[in-house]
Formats: sequence, structure tokens, C-alpha cells
Amino acid sequence: MAASVLRVKGITKSFGGVQALRGVSLDIALGEIHCLAGENGSGKSTLIKIISGVHEPDAGEIEIDGRRFSHLNPKEAIGLGIQVIYQDFSVFPNLTVMENLALNSELMDKRKLVNYKRARAIAANAVSQIGFDVDLDERVENLTVADRQLIAICRALLQEAKLIIMDEPTSALTKKEVKALFAVIKRLQARGLSILFVSHKLDEVFEISERYTILRSGENVASGSTVELDRKTFVFHMTGRQFEDEFYTPSAIRREPILSVRGLSLGGAYADISFDLAAGEILGITGLLGSGRTELVETLFGIFQPEAGTISIRGKEVRIKSVKDAIRKGIGYVPSDRLTEGLFQPQTVERNLSITVLDRLSDHFGFLRRGAIAAMTRRWIGDLSIATKSPALPVRTLSGGNQQKVVLARWLANDLSILMLNGPTMGVDIGSKYDIHVLMRKLAGKGLAIIIVSDDLPEVLACASRILVMRDGVFVQELDPTVTTESKLSELSTGIA
Amino acid sequence: MTTTKTAATVRGVRSARDPNLLRLLVMLVFVFVLMTVLRPNQFATIASFNSMMRQFPEYGIMSIGISLAMITGGIDLGVVGTANLSAIVAAKFLIGTVPRGAPPAQVVPYLIIAVLLSLSVGLACGTIAGTLISRFNIPAILATLGTQQLFTGIAIGITNGRPQSGLPLLYSRIGNTEFFRFVPLSFMIFFIVAVSVGIMLSRTRFGTFMYMMGTNPRAARYAGLNNTSIILRTYMISGLLSSVAGLIMMARANSAKADYGAPYTLQCVLIAVLGGIDPNGGFGTIGGVTMAILILQFLSSGLNMFNNISNFYRDVIWGGVLILVLVFNKLLSWREERRAVRKSMN
Repeated sequence: MAASVLRVKGITKSFGGVQALRGVSLDIALGEIHCLAGENGSGKSTLIKIISGVHEPDAGEIEIDGRRFSHLNPKEAIGLGIQVIYQDFSVFPNLTVMENLALNSELMDKRKLVNYKRARAIAANAVSQIGFDVDLDERVENLTVADRQLIAICRALLQEAKLIIMDEPTSALTKKEVKALFAVIKRLQARGLSILFVSHKLDEVFEISERYTILRSGENVASGSTVELDRKTFVFHMTGRQFEDEFYTPSAIRREPILSVRGLSLGGAYADISFDLAAGEILGITGLLGSGRTELVETLFGIFQPEAGTISIRGKEVRIKSVKDAIRKGIGYVPSDRLTEGLFQPQTVERNLSITVLDRLSDHFGFLRRGAIAAMTRRWIGDLSIATKSPALPVRTLSGGNQQKVVLARWLANDLSILMLNGPTMGVDIGSKYDIHVLMRKLAGKGLAIIIVSDDLPEVLACASRILVMRDGVFVQELDPTVTTESKLSELSTGIA
Repeated sequence: MTTTKTAATVRGVRSARDPNLLRLLVMLVFVFVLMTVLRPNQFATIASFNSMMRQFPEYGIMSIGISLAMITGGIDLGVVGTANLSAIVAAKFLIGTVPRGAPPAQVVPYLIIAVLLSLSVGLACGTIAGTLISRFNIPAILATLGTQQLFTGIAIGITNGRPQSGLPLLYSRIGNTEFFRFVPLSFMIFFIVAVSVGIMLSRTRFGTFMYMMGTNPRAARYAGLNNTSIILRTYMISGLLSSVAGLIMMARANSAKADYGAPYTLQCVLIAVLGGIDPNGGFGTIGGVTMAILILQFLSSGLNMFNNISNFYRDVIWGGVLILVLVFNKLLSWREERRAVRKSMN
């Protein structure tokens, strides 16, 4: 085996009595793409922060380029060629590409004045190293998420990185951008850099990495070469649970559609959309970010007003004037962004869960029936097995999966006939993802009509009974999930074969 | 085992919400004891309490109005302007219509109309501010800075800046009634306002909506709340409360004027923040605000009893208190955040 660029041994770290890492080891070879996987809370982030010098380990040893350290500080770590690209990329949005790239090295050289000629040369050299085609004078805030990420990578290169750690780099990228990112990673590898790729998405782990290390509850549970890994073992190591294979065979689709959409259009978002949805059905809508999928379901939820076309519920044409109106008509919606749209993060679980049913749980004068609210909250926490120590805790203390269950419970408490979910398991760990899928199928079985919007293709294939592919605001094709493959779906939604 | 653990956690959570109230109570007792020790013959006397009870209701009620606006994530800087304008309208009406030397029985209907008139002006002022914020999406701080100028300007315009005096005697006589020769009517009004607003916030659907919308208006929209109507109603309540405060000021001064209570605006913001209303919206209780009102009243009455401390120092002290409280709250929330992060690593 090649020489190691980084070797970490027996790292232990606790935060105020909570053991985040228990004797974790990690070994990354020179020029290797290594994947660090684990669910939320498995200790991945803590390990990265120890390697990059942000946290000091309680015990253990870090070896970089053959030099041993008991701990590092951030400056030392950078000096040794360790660069972390965090999820927010830490770029300056109000500065240009050139300034973002060059200013760091100008500062490092302790120059007082900025020489723009030299800065431009530095920046141009950096972007050319990864074949990144960008206008150096563009402000970074005008760039896409994917481009900002590349800026962060270029900046890492300028600081003579030997090991680039990428913390869940694909979470905000489209499929196409992920492909481009992977090409860049391969290029970096060809230049002799090592990459530590942190992810919990299996497909990516399989696609990009050569070796993997999986953490669970702060311990090493598995490591080895990726080719010898299969999906089932990976999920088992991540969660410690065995899962059944997933697919949905609708048992009780009603003949008459509950929702009929005809020729619905909204300028700049989608055009001439028609489809039917019946009770007991799970309709999957997939498409890239910007394909109009979100605007479409949000129109059905009363956020947008369509410019043309009709919406009928149970055969009667309706106009959905507002969100409240949509709820009254039996439509619920789990928005795509839990943080800003789905939940009131600092408020209690109880308030988050009961907000949509307060009309029912208060008396004539608007006084809350607090006993009924508490009872309802307890019931849903039990029914959906939401892991929280108390309904009085802020909802932000819950894990992503449990937060999502709170949003779901809010709608299920409402006696809906149509439930729409946008990215129902985004940022949710595998165990909860599985639970949410099971729940959706159970609800459909009970006669709820469900629409899921997702670009997680395996998820769409596993859950939907019918798939509509959307591209540039129109439906391009309807597919039967039992006879469709992921690559076919991806092809249709990107328009690239 | 599990049940005791849950119970303990629930208690832990409660006390994590309550420390603010507890802190305020400690502060209140501290200020009280301090003033009592430093000015034993002056501070803890019936006369001084009676005088304090006559002083704080007017700005206390306006503080509650500002607090409501802050809970929904806004602020209402127009309270003083609203109070003065509505009082001036009532005063002008009384001065212009009540015949001189009319017997009390004949004056009462005029008083009722004047009060209703003033309350409607307050509601109208609140509606204007609420409309600017909810329909035109103007940041609350700018919208109400504007309405404050506007209302004060109108008030100056219709009075030429002169005090409106010569009110029927009956008004100030009723306004300055003291129950049991000790509890002023204005205090009773404050008490009723504080209790009803407190109940509205903690026990009604609308109160919950205010907190939720103040936490995250976007999520509120996705949960089916009507943000426009919540904001509008909040500022209408604030306007209504301001006009109540205006009526109290008018009774105390036996006149109305466009620039009465000018320093109250910032004082009320200070009280709201000191009382634990989150300037970012979504949190805070009327209990906390009430304690903050008392703390500031004790401080200011106490300081007045020192002849060698100039009134100018009061601004220094209050400004200092505001900044200290803001910094302290920030430090606390950082500590809580760190704790939450540690917990989530579990």
C-alpha cells in the first residue's frame, strides 16, 4: 500500500460528558479518495474538526506525513496541507472570484497593498488547475452553489493542500453538478492529492471512493475497499439495522381521481401540466432543481396562483386561494426546506406539531384547549415514534428524521385527503428515511392520495406507484416504477443520454 | 426509570424557560432592597408607592404594546405619537363641545364619546402601521418611525403645538380616582391590560400564532397562518393600548399635548428587552415585561431621591442597563446553543 498522508489512531473526544468519539482510527493513503461515512451524530464532523485542528482530542494520535501530533491548531493543520471545504464553503459572497482566490495568499505573504495584476495571475492559475471556466470578475454571490464550491476548492489548492476534506459536498448540488464535481475530484487525485469525502449517500460513495471508513456512535464499525462493499452491508454498518428491500404495490387505488389538474400553467415555472391523482396512489414527480416541480406543488398548496388551467378536487373545479384554503380542502404539504419552511426551529415540539390544528383544538372564543393539544401531541409522538425527551423541547434539538416526522404529524393530524411531500427525506438519516417510506406506503394503503417530489431517484422508484418526469416546466414522460431504472429517470430529467 | 427521567427533563426544560423570570425577580428584589437600605425613610413608604403606581401605568401599557409588536418580529415606535394624537382628539372634542359649568350628569355622555373617539383614533393609527408592515412589506422599524413622525406631526398641526387644556373637571377627577385612597384608577387599568394581554398570549390561538409567526414568518405561511392578518391585528392592539395610555396621560396632566412622554419610546423598548422579549421575535412573556416595568420604576423613583444625582445620569444608567441586558442575553443564548450542540452530538 502507498504511504499514508494522514493516519489517525485511537482518537477519543467527549463534550461535557457526551462521548463523541471512542478510539477512532482513520488511514488515508497518498493520492487516495477515501470516503468517511456515518449517520448524523456518528462523529464524522467531530473527527474532521480534530484533523483540521478546531477541536483538541482527549486522547489519540494524528500522524501527517510521518510527523506525529497529539493535537493540532488550525494554522498548523493548514500549514501541513490539510484543507477542509465545509458545507457553506466559507467564501466571501460580496467579493469577486479573483478577490476570493487571491486575497488569502496576499494576506499570507503579509503584503500591505494588493497588486491586481499578480492577483489575477494567481486566480487564473488556480481555476485552470481544475479546468474551471469562470469569469474572474464575477461576484461570488452571483455564482451557483456548485461554482462557489469550486471556488473553495481552488482556494484550497492555492494553499498547497495535500489532503482536501469535503464535508457532504453534494448535498446542495444537482445530479449534473455532482458529475462535474466528481470529475474535478478525479483531476485532483491525478495531481497526487488525497481526498477525504464525507457523505452518507451510498451511490456517491460507490461511485467516487476507493476505500471507505464507516463510523457509528463514535466508533469505527467498518473500513476497507469500496469494490468489496455492497448496498446492504453499507446500510447495515451505517445504521446497525437490517432493512427489507423497498417497493410499493398499491393495493387500493380508487377508480375516480381525487385531484385532477388540466392545462395548469404559471409563467416562468411550468406550463400545460395535466395529471390525475387517485386515493391510495403515490405519485412521484421528479425533475431537476428549477424544473418547476416545486412551483407546481406549491400552486396546489395555494402559495402560487396559476395563470391558466384548472384544478378539480373530487370532480369539482376549485380555486385554491391560500394555504389556509388548501388545508380546508384537505391538502397538506411538507415543504422541501425543513429549516426555513417546515419548522419553527426554536419553538417546542408541541407547538410545531399542533400549529395546523389549533382551529380545531381551541374553543369558540379562541382559547386553546391545552389538555387536548397535549394529548394529541403525545399521541402523534407515540404513533410516529418521534424520538424526543419531551414535547416541551425546542424542535431544533431533534434529529433531521424526527423533525421531518413532526412536520408529517402536523399534516396527518389534519384529516387530509391529499398529502404532498417535497424532498421528504432530504438530510434525513437512513433509518428515519426507511421509517418515513414505510409510513407513506401505509398512509396510501389507508386511502390517502400522496404526491412526492424528489430528485432522490432510488426513493422515487421505491415509493411511487407512478412517476412523472418534469423538465423545463413540462411533463416529459410518465413511467411505471416497476419497469424503470434509475439511469432512465436521470436521462429523462436531465435530457442528457 | 423512564418516567422519572422524563419528568426530570420536563422540569429541566421549564426551568430553562423560567430563568429569565427568576433573574428578573432577583433583580427586582435587589433594586428594592438597595433603595430601601439607601433611602429607608423615603423609598419604602406608602406615599412613594402611591406615586409610583401613578407614574408607570402610562408607559407600562405602551411597553406592552411594543412587546406585542416585538413578539411578532417587529417593533412599534409609534406608540407615543399614537397616544398623544388620540388624547388630543379626545381633548379637542371635550373642549369644543362640553358647555362650560355643565353639571357632571350632563358631562358623562361627552366623556364616554371622547373615550370611544380616542380609542378609535388609536385603532386607526395601529391599522395604518399594520397595513404598511403587512401589505407593503415595509420593515416595522421604518414603518413605525414614519407613523410616529406622521402622528406627532398631525398632533402638532391641529394644536399648533399648544397644550390642550380646559378639560371638564370631571375627566381628571375620574381619571385620578384612588381606590381605598391608595390604588389609582390608572394602576387598575394597567393591571387589567396586563392580565388580559397575558392571557391572550399564553392561552389563545391568536397568541400562539403571534409567537409562531414571530419565530419564522415563512414557516408560518407554509403552516397556513394568515401573516397579514396577524400583523395587522397586532399593531391594531398596540394602537388601541397606546390610546389607553394617552387617556391616562391626559388625566394626569389634565391636558393633552403633542410632545408629552417623548422619551417613553426608547424607555418602552428598553423595558421590553429587559423583560425578556426577544428582539428577533417569537419569545417573551407579559410577566417578564411587568417585572421590567417595576424594576425601572424602582430605579427611577429611587434615583430621584438622591439630590446629588442629576436627572441626566438617569439616561446614562438606562442606556447602560439596556446594553448590559442585551449582551447578557446574547451570552446566555450562546451558552445554550453550545449546550444544544453538545447534546446533539450524543
